[in-house]
Amino acid sequence: MLLLASVVLMTVDHRYHHLETVRAVLATALSPLQTLVDLPFELGDWAGETFASRQRLLEENAELHAWRLQQQAGLQRQAALEEENARLRRLLGASQRVPEEVLVAELVAVDVDPYRHQVVVNKGLMHGVHLEQPLLAAEGVMGQILHLGAFTSTAILITDPSHALPVQINRTGMRTVARGSGTANRLLLPHVPNDADIRVGDLLVTSGLGGRFPRGYPVGEVAVVERDPGRPFATVIATPSAQLDRSFEVLLVQTRDEPPAASDPAVGDPAVGEPAAGDPAVPEPAPATGAAPAAAGGAR
Amino acid sequence: MTLVRQHGGGAILLTLALALLLAIVPLPEWARAVRPEWVLLVLIYWCLAVPTRVGVGVSWLAGLSVDVLTGSLLGEHGFGYALVAFLVVKTHQRLRVYPEWQQAVVVLLLLLLHQLTCLWVLGITGRAPDDLLLYLLPSVAGMLLWPLLFPLLRGYRRRFAIT
Repeated sequence: MLLLASVVLMTVDHRYHHLETVRAVLATALSPLQTLVDLPFELGDWAGETFASRQRLLEENAELHAWRLQQQAGLQRQAALEEENARLRRLLGASQRVPEEVLVAELVAVDVDPYRHQVVVNKGLMHGVHLEQPLLAAEGVMGQILHLGAFTSTAILITDPSHALPVQINRTGMRTVARGSGTANRLLLPHVPNDADIRVGDLLVTSGLGGRFPRGYPVGEVAVVERDPGRPFATVIATPSAQLDRSFEVLLVQTRDEPPAASDPAVGDPAVGEPAAGDPAVPEPAPATGAAPAAAGGAR
Repeated sequence: MTLVRQHGGGAILLTLALALLLAIVPLPEWARAVRPEWVLLVLIYWCLAVPTRVGVGVSWLAGLSVDVLTGSLLGEHGFGYALVAFLVVKTHQRLRVYPEWQQAVVVLLLLLLHQLTCLWVLGITGRAPDDLLLYLLPSVAGMLLWPLLFPLLRGYRRRFAIT
């Protein structure tokens, strides 16, 4: 009986989303265990911070100050650019980009199934997290929320074999899909044609298609391009920008508009990134009519 | 649940909670591959010692808890745990009189059975592990742990007079 129930449960869980509430209730009931496991690590961090030498703290402070100054200098230009972008978009009659808000979260130090690429985050329903919410690290996209609890939630990483992410090559604007490979620090781009203009070192950014991830966040860098004329597609491997196995503090992007897809109908403006002279854009079904070039990160 | 009304139900739950903790405690990369199925080991013991109180149902619920905590498909561990619990409860009188090493071998088979069911699920959902032998290591680790775990839990059971 229970075995049959298990099979039904697994099937339903795999195919549909009806069981999310059951999972959420169980996860909430079990979250004290996660907290308990995480506690020694939190304590270690706390002790490390409390008993750190004054010298080190001062150094760190100075370093952060310098870094902040640099960032601010960059941001000044960004503000002007964003303003200009919004004005041009208004002139063009294109849809406005919604500014996104972020929620800072931390990973909970618990291990999950080693055959799944998942992490546990210390924010849940109570903090306004919702399903399929994008998860970012400082350097790039990490994944999205898969299961919710009241106080913690589980996120799937972009390297999980069941995860696919619509991306765009920043240099040419070519759209494709990045799939998880199942090994850490490796993404596969399975549908790149052999004659596509793609090189090692190209930056991949989210394309915003699919409506889950906001546009323009860095995803990874192309590491391997192998063209085999005998096959329809080239073998392209990318390494994620975010250090998926090392990042500790993460950001949950909150798109104000739900669903986010409605706010960004990316149809018709595939040209993102500077049209570099000398390398014509790859022939695409939609002509590159060139909406306002929004560099990577312009959506922030 | 009749479990709570009888004497010592809390003590049983405590061991299960501890096993759940051990199941998600972060380990270094090399140790993750050999992390034994703590929850299942504890469940096997209780099914063996008090089959009237801890049986298929409790095991199934414990399996679901593991599924939620480790992010696997809901029911993936529940299936294997329920199956193993059923076998143990069915044969507990025979298993109890086995010498310790023979018990350990049976435990190995039970753990392997559970891993096999998990392997099916992993295979069907398209994430079969690359190295099958490496995948089966936790069962071996569980078998090696059994001669230590069994006296420990038996002492615990006698201390709290759980029958």
